[in-house]
Amino acid sequence: MSLLETLSGAVMSGAVRTIDLTHTLDPDFPVLVLPPEFGQCQPFRIEEVSRYDERGPAWYWRNFSCNEHTGTHFDAPIHWVTGKDLPHSSVDTIDPAAFIRPACVLDFSKEVAKNADFVLTADHIKAWEKTHGAIPAGSWVLFRTDWSKRSGEEYLNLKEDGAHSPGPDAGAIRYLINERDVIGFGVETIGTDAGQGGHFDPPYPAHTLLHGAGRYGLQCLKNLDQLPPKGAVIISPPLKIKHGSGSPLRVLALVEGK
Amino acid sequence: MVEALKPPKRKNPLRYTRLPLAPPNARSRAALAFTARAAEGRLMLQQCSGCGAFAYPPRDICGACWSDELHWRDISPEGKLLAETTLHASTNVYFRERLPWRVGSVKLAAGPVVLAHLHGDMREGDDVRMIARTDKSGQGVLMALPAKETENMSDDKALRALTCDPKFRRVLVTDVRTPLGQAVVRAALTAGASKVFLGVAREWTPFAGREALYALENTEVTPLDVTDGTSVAEAASAIGGKIDILINTAQYARPGTAMARRDVVTARDEMEVNFFGAMRLLQAFGPAMRGRGADGENSAVAWVNLLSVYALSNWPAYGVNAATQAAAHSLSQSARADFAGSGVKVVNVFHGPLDDEEHQPLPPPKVTPMALASGIMTALKEGVEQSFVGDIARDIAERWREDPGLLERELTLTKNLE
Repeated sequence: MSLLETLSGAVMSGAVRTIDLTHTLDPDFPVLVLPPEFGQCQPFRIEEVSRYDERGPAWYWRNFSCNEHTGTHFDAPIHWVTGKDLPHSSVDTIDPAAFIRPACVLDFSKEVAKNADFVLTADHIKAWEKTHGAIPAGSWVLFRTDWSKRSGEEYLNLKEDGAHSPGPDAGAIRYLINERDVIGFGVETIGTDAGQGGHFDPPYPAHTLLHGAGRYGLQCLKNLDQLPPKGAVIISPPLKIKHGSGSPLRVLALVEGK
Repeated sequence: MVEALKPPKRKNPLRYTRLPLAPPNARSRAALAFTARAAEGRLMLQQCSGCGAFAYPPRDICGACWSDELHWRDISPEGKLLAETTLHASTNVYFRERLPWRVGSVKLAAGPVVLAHLHGDMREGDDVRMIARTDKSGQGVLMALPAKETENMSDDKALRALTCDPKFRRVLVTDVRTPLGQAVVRAALTAGASKVFLGVAREWTPFAGREALYALENTEVTPLDVTDGTSVAEAASAIGGKIDILINTAQYARPGTAMARRDVVTARDEMEVNFFGAMRLLQAFGPAMRGRGADGENSAVAWVNLLSVYALSNWPAYGVNAATQAAAHSLSQSARADFAGSGVKVVNVFHGPLDDEEHQPLPPPKVTPMALASGIMTALKEGVEQSFVGDIARDIAERWREDPGLLERELTLTKNLE
């Protein structure tokens, strides 16, 4: 049997499980909120075109609209000013092989439960590697915080001084890029950066450094608690939008075993 | 003395809901001109420039001297009730349901003797304060009120048929996230609303004033985002049958002309709220309200749109926004046709720039949220369908009436307005 026949057989038999890491696209799912003087991120919206009625007797279909960064979504390097001049930096030009990659899942849900502003540092990552081994080059690093289990107001967790949600500092991101050559960083929160990441040095280190180095982001993931620390394969092809800065997408994980 | 209105009991759910009926509505074109003025609460009659006589009823040629130079003039509301008649029978189904019904002849200070509906406290020989309003068929009528305020005056059944008094009615305020929305909620409660539904969009973000607002009695939070058709439909399916007055406070205003902006993204956001939002509300809440125009003391009575006065003539400082407001205004006109004959009035309350964050750099005069909220309640209590709140709105409206072309030039060629 060929490699792929073995794989597809295992997927069908359940020996390899398919786990959906995606939130449902729902008009009520939070989006990033900016000050009123900036352009705003459009939330997911649906308008029914017909539903077996006078507008279309035998068919049901709808128009939908959203931002490239609505719901569970992919960030391409061109999303950030630091990545604007890189080659193959928009979703339509990225090598499609990049959309199938192994993942390391770093579980810091206990720490985040105690501190919504938990900051992931290079030392945290090194400590994780002591237990689980080095992060292989070309992997996704998925930052498990269980933040996806929050809903409503708790999700953005906006206070008078802005959002309070976990994220990495510049040291952690530099380590992942320079020492581990990861393909990208994935999170359960609305952005790869911490809610207070604008006050870090540099501001928004995940966006600034990852995209400046041609790496990708995955945001608003869920079900990371169903993934092993190592061994999962992530399938994450964004929509092929011309010059796209990102895209809502279905993120799947393949996991071996029961 | 009029008996005080009692809080209506809960409706017997097995009872038939009366269909809204309307009094006779056929009018001449001249009489429609009277209606247009009555809709704004303006008491006007035509005056002949030839002989100075006031015409009544409205006509095309002066009854005294046959001149066709008739011009609409504001007249004094003063007069005297000459004679009254109480109708105990009528072939008209609207009045049949409301018998007995009193009408009378009033000698106006301006000259003519006119026929008018009578307030319950009016007696022959009494001094009159005359008002012009639209009735349930949307046509202009006259009503004689006591010259001085009487007890429970606004509870009179003939008067209440012309007004949209919030007393004992249930009000939906579509967006309470803003100071304006919150001021409208408080004003509605003060005006006697039995319940105010608080439309809240994006419950996943906090907003200023929320705690105090939610602590108010006789209110109920309703998730409602006018930019989301599903949300509007869900809200309507939950509370649509209970809304007697809908006040659409959802507004989105940003400065700039087309060329002052780089894209249509913000304009779309403005249209989503100001135009499509209003349209989604009409489609979801309109039909139920239209069917409840005669549903007891707390029948559905008013659909309130808040519009920038620059919907009438564009102000380039907020040029694109004014365009979306013009679209919303036009939609409100088509909504008049949707609601015609239902007993639900479409009430357009025009205002100048609000004293809020969106208009922070503008100099005064600006309309405070409280002033606008109180203007809305006044419009509802008076039963007018068009109202202008604040100095700027009144001034622009006046200039627009006099010479729309001139106003357009004044607003668009005057650089220092920007």
